[in-house]
Amino acid sequence: MTQALAATAYPTQWKKPPFIESAAWRVALWLGAVLYLVLALGSLEVNWARLVEGLERGGRFVAAFVQPDFTSRWNDILAGFSESLTMTITSTALGIALSIPVAVGAARNLAPTPVYLACRGFIAVSRTLNEIIVAIFLVALFGFGPFAGFLTLTFATIGFMAKLLAEDIEEADAAPLEALRATGAGFLQRLDFAVFPQVMPRFIGLSLYRLDINFRESAVIGIVGAGGIGATLNTAMDRYEYDTAAAVILIIIAIVMAAEYLSGMLRARIQ
Amino acid sequence: MSNETVAVWRKRAPRAELAVFAAWVLALAFTSWAFQVMTQDTIWAFVTDAPKQAADIGGRMLPPAWSYIHELWWPLWETLNIATLGTLLGIVLATPVAFLAARNTTPSRIFVRPIALFVIAASRSINSLIWALLLVAILGPGVLAGIIAIALRSIGFIGKLLYESIEEIDATQVEAIAATGASRAQVMAWGVAPQVMPTLAGISVFRWDINIRESTVLGLVGAGGIGLKLEAALGVLAWPKVTMLLIAILATVVVSEWITAAVRKRLI
Amino acid sequence: MQVSPAPVLEIRGLEKRYPTGDLAIKGVDLDLAPGAVLGLIGPSGAGKSTLIRCINRLVEPTAGAIRLAGTDIGALSGGALRRERRQIGMIFQEFALVERLTVMENVLSGRLGTVGFWASWFRRFPGEDIAAAYRLLDRVGLAGMENKRADALSGGQRQRVGIARALIQHPRLLLVDEPTASLDPKTSRQIMRLLLELCREHGLAAIVNIHDVVLATEFLPRIVGLRAGEVVFDGPAGDVSTDVLTSIYGDEDWTAITRRMQQAAQDDEHLDEAKLVAIAA
Repeated sequence: MTQALAATAYPTQWKKPPFIESAAWRVALWLGAVLYLVLALGSLEVNWARLVEGLERGGRFVAAFVQPDFTSRWNDILAGFSESLTMTITSTALGIALSIPVAVGAARNLAPTPVYLACRGFIAVSRTLNEIIVAIFLVALFGFGPFAGFLTLTFATIGFMAKLLAEDIEEADAAPLEALRATGAGFLQRLDFAVFPQVMPRFIGLSLYRLDINFRESAVIGIVGAGGIGATLNTAMDRYEYDTAAAVILIIIAIVMAAEYLSGMLRARIQ
Repeated sequence: MSNETVAVWRKRAPRAELAVFAAWVLALAFTSWAFQVMTQDTIWAFVTDAPKQAADIGGRMLPPAWSYIHELWWPLWETLNIATLGTLLGIVLATPVAFLAARNTTPSRIFVRPIALFVIAASRSINSLIWALLLVAILGPGVLAGIIAIALRSIGFIGKLLYESIEEIDATQVEAIAATGASRAQVMAWGVAPQVMPTLAGISVFRWDINIRESTVLGLVGAGGIGLKLEAALGVLAWPKVTMLLIAILATVVVSEWITAAVRKRLI
Repeated sequence: MQVSPAPVLEIRGLEKRYPTGDLAIKGVDLDLAPGAVLGLIGPSGAGKSTLIRCINRLVEPTAGAIRLAGTDIGALSGGALRRERRQIGMIFQEFALVERLTVMENVLSGRLGTVGFWASWFRRFPGEDIAAAYRLLDRVGLAGMENKRADALSGGQRQRVGIARALIQHPRLLLVDEPTASLDPKTSRQIMRLLLELCREHGLAAIVNIHDVVLATEFLPRIVGLRAGEVVFDGPAGDVSTDVLTSIYGDEDWTAITRRMQQAAQDDEHLDEAKLVAIAA
């Protein structure tokens, strides 16, 4: 038997079957990708002279990160972070509070259709609009400063939290809800006893996550005038004070990392 | 009171209930204090004036300057390129970082891993608009700064999700490849890479969608794309153009979301 | 009197202490002659898996010596260790195939040690390796399956791929870790039979770590019993008695098991004959 096997000639070539089976599609996708890359890279206008000049500036920037200047603009930095942090806390708190009714309204298993559509529409608008664009408008309406930033982040928080919470509510086990309805419990009682206990742990986790996002966003919207550390950073860049800018960025990184560490510990405790 | 016999059920013991109540009060007090601090310089006249402003701006924004769309095709193409090339560059940079950061693939847990984790954390902490702000200062305004800004921000996002997925792979498949006497690089390529490839593809598409959104505003700090036009239109208060720009941006975002959903369906 | 040949594997005073302080292997001595097949039995946590992983250094032993054909494996590192690993084929409990790769890639991965990185990246293996892979797939009964993805196979088929991957290494020694633990009884027997046939064909020495005593004594001529990291029995399968089982696993009524072992030994003679007839046909 073994001799018979040894006598068989086995192929010495093998090719891995291609990921995309149809050869036409494969060629089309490759060509498309290459064509796009050629066009995209071709339309890239790079000013090499400016770039060389930039390298020297880049060097100065790296140097600034090695020796950041915390002291000379310390008061500006402090004011910026105080605005950013307070903006983060207030907008997260208000956003979460308001996201609960919106989420209940956007849950198909709880809300009547007109309410459902209105809430879903609000969530879609809030999620599609970039925070920066919202901030531009709110600054135009409410004036420069952290109040516009607070409103921007609150708006974004509602959309973010309500969408995820609504999905959780829709996925929650329907049996307790049925059971409570059978006992004749009112709408709010049903929410309190059958829905919230199921979605609460993840909701708290998401809230911590959103707190983290809001802080990072608060550092950006200042660039368009909505207060916070972003404004300080923008000013520092405008003045070519790279060492102050580096200090601001390093503090942002430190706060985000600390927040992530703390929220990780908190979440581990809750679960 | 003392001879009350009917037991009252409470969710928590009275003392714990008090603690929870106190925590709520404290949180509320803290938040309102934060609000006070935040708004100490706020000019309330502007705030109360907002509805009037809204009506005013709203009136000027309509109707949109439809014909302005002809000037937007090129900036939209640039926006697409910023997002796509930035994502590609981000994937190229993030993949090695993720392998260095994952506990089971890092060459050194004590020296290399913390550095890789710091790169990821730093990249994630800084929004792409801030990266763009820095890069425009260094490289000058233009698409290139935008691409690099998007790439730098993507490193953290892709790197974090990828290294977490590397840490969750099935170790026995890797062990089996190592047991054949394969080199370290081969163990990565044959034992680890096939397991995380689908995740990497999914993450990349997901990040591309986010990057499309982010690249629409990078122009506000000079990093190319449609944001430049928005900055210009806002600068001269050309509200009908602003409306048209917003429509273009929203359409781009919706289309990218649609493409992402379609591709993800294919991948899964 | 027959002079016993130099052992292919010698283990002397092997010890493994985990960082937690647990002593998993306590001074194990073991010799394995070329072409000899050994069944390693013992309760869960006795250190069976740790012992065979020490041999190819997937687990680092803390004391003792392991010699493969005279080479001290414990002293090797880096490239030298990888060269030595190529001579040791390993077969895993959960098959440990790279699930998203094809059957052919999984078999060829046994040759990774002999090709460069980029050649392996572009799947360029020498013609003789590819022919060997086809031949082994044919031999283990998976002819024509080379382009299937590993995750599309049944448990028995996966283990056959695992066997082919180990054999394409042209190993001196086969380490087999619970080959049947994830399989149904019928497939288990088929896989055990295939393994033993292949060891005989290639004159391969093997250590088969197995928890099923009946299966072990039926297929494996020599049995080593491990208890709490120590060898408590080493002898022919026929000597595994109620007392031996008690010494390995502790007190329990073993009569039912030993009866089944005897029964299986008789049945297998018939089965082997039946199979030979079937193969010849």
